[in-house]
Amino acid sequence: MKQFVSFVKKEFYHIARDKRTVFILLGMPIMQILIFGFALTNEVKNSQIAIFDQSNDLATHALRSELNASRYFDVVQDVHAYPEIEAAFKKGKIKLAVIFPENFANDLDHFNAAQVQLIADASDPNVANTLTNYATAIILDYQDRITNNRRLPYTIKTEMRMLYNPQLKGAYSFVPGVMAMVLMLVCTLMTAITIVREKELGTMEIMLVSPMQPFKIVVAKAVPYLLLSIVNVTSILLLSVFVLDVPINGSLLLLIFESILFTLTCLAFGLLISTGTDSQQTAMFIALTGMFLPTVMLSGFMFPIENMPLPLRIISNIVPAKWFYYIVKEVMIKGLGIAAVWKETLILTGMLLFLLALSIRKFKIRLA
Amino acid sequence: MVSVKVNNLTKHYGKKKELTQALSGVSFNVAPGELFGIIGPDGAGKTSLFRILTTLLLPDGGSASVDGLDVVKDFKAIRHRVGYMPGRFSLYQDLTIEENLEFFATIFNTSIEENYDLIKDIYSQIEPFRTRKAGKLSGGMKQKLALSCALIHKPSVLFLDEPTTGVDAVSRKEFWEMLRNLKKQGITILVSTPYMDEASMCDRVALIQNGAILSVDSPEGVIAAFKQPLVAVKDANMLPLLNHLHHFEGTQDAYPFGEYHHVVLKDGYAAADVSNYLQHQHAQAEVQSIKADIEDCFIALMKQSG
Repeated sequence: MKQFVSFVKKEFYHIARDKRTVFILLGMPIMQILIFGFALTNEVKNSQIAIFDQSNDLATHALRSELNASRYFDVVQDVHAYPEIEAAFKKGKIKLAVIFPENFANDLDHFNAAQVQLIADASDPNVANTLTNYATAIILDYQDRITNNRRLPYTIKTEMRMLYNPQLKGAYSFVPGVMAMVLMLVCTLMTAITIVREKELGTMEIMLVSPMQPFKIVVAKAVPYLLLSIVNVTSILLLSVFVLDVPINGSLLLLIFESILFTLTCLAFGLLISTGTDSQQTAMFIALTGMFLPTVMLSGFMFPIENMPLPLRIISNIVPAKWFYYIVKEVMIKGLGIAAVWKETLILTGMLLFLLALSIRKFKIRLA
Repeated sequence: MVSVKVNNLTKHYGKKKELTQALSGVSFNVAPGELFGIIGPDGAGKTSLFRILTTLLLPDGGSASVDGLDVVKDFKAIRHRVGYMPGRFSLYQDLTIEENLEFFATIFNTSIEENYDLIKDIYSQIEPFRTRKAGKLSGGMKQKLALSCALIHKPSVLFLDEPTTGVDAVSRKEFWEMLRNLKKQGITILVSTPYMDEASMCDRVALIQNGAILSVDSPEGVIAAFKQPLVAVKDANMLPLLNHLHHFEGTQDAYPFGEYHHVVLKDGYAAADVSNYLQHQHAQAEVQSIKADIEDCFIALMKQSG
């Protein structure tokens, strides 16, 4: 036991003396949460639009101010001819153009049917879709208000309610994603590198010719990273609650437990990588392509898995981050308990045991 | 009693096509408390041999035991009792001298205080710098630290793989004196080195070349086995001189040796014969009869074994 403690202490010296690495390890989650929270967001806000108002009446004025008042749009230009619209799109000045034909209010009042045209820049299809939806919603809203007093026959109204995330905040989905990503980086990458570094420096050679059992060496190397991960999880949770206003709806204890489970899985994967490689570069490459990329692409955090072709959907099942991401969303955002995530927890546990068994089997007690 | 027993050990690397025979049937015994040198050029198989003896590699054939323990079966027990210093400096560069030593002491279930006597002579030289990081030490100091770390658990057998490679002449001499002192503590020491001149510091040496042992004997014994007359020749123009020496009928072998050429003569020839032969082309040549040293023996043994 004394050996073990001494080894862990030594490992902490290594980490603490490499100031840059410490800074990256502890600073990275904070940076990522802040960047995702404030800079990288797929919410559409303050999009610049142009309005071509050929009617210039009460109704078009009212719609114009409704659009401008919403947080999605800023009216930046009034155009007076079609070519101007095209020019504005080409310059990239606007994302959406709203065109009211002549006699808009007149048509609305007397023919009960007025038309409005929306032209969107669909070079980014998702944004174009979102913008036209928002604009349509605002226009329909206006229509509802003016028809309020009159009863129209046969109307179906949709009432929407956004559960768990009523404000449709992006933070609700990326906080779990960032957690998965950070834990993966810290645990898998760093564990793999730190063990392989001992091989590269030749210190593993001496360690093997010592009474210390090889497996204890490996476990001792993983302990500091487990602790670092807990610090990181804590700082991510604190930031998301106090800076991004993402609540922890479920049990904090369960959340921490699941995080530790995922951390251990990542550590086991790091160990496995280290048993098969001899250079830090290879270890880093394998950890990044084998773990980090799948985490980003196939966990459902950046791209919805449901929309992927079948082979990718099947592959995504072996990515631990997918299950962890799901668990964190269920527990943290929806506030569900273990009853809702026991299956996913079991899958993660299975992966952990499998990876651990494999790396113990593959760990070399000799040099070759 | 035998401390280290090596019996017909073989080891090769690589697959069929690019097979490298590292060891081909190596055998020798080392007595307890002996300072045993394994001497041979780079690539002779010294490191492979040490790694097998320290249980880091499995031999392909033959057997070996350390302290009566088999290097394959009893590798765990061996790891408790041997000290090993690899050829490359293998301590933690970002830990201080003291932290390194303390760490290795704990790993071997002991403490610095417990075995301080053993390392006192060596460690006291670097102790003033104990808060310095190992990576910032000079070559000689690194080597002293590495030796202290390998000794801290009072091993019964100490394996030093090329400890003096890349170390200056003064530090090398100092290092061998340290080893002589350690020997007094009853520790069996196996040292490998590519420097022939270090052979005389050992009790016995094994000369190794291409994975095979050429000779195992005391340094004096190795030299005594060299029976042929040997002369050293020097002249202003060394290259033609070597050519001419090769053509001399009494020459068995001639090779450059420092500022001289050494000529091994066939039985019955002497320095005077060489002088006579050189009279015409190399009137100024300096010819003297000398005693062979280990390197001459090594070269002779190497040529013998083909």
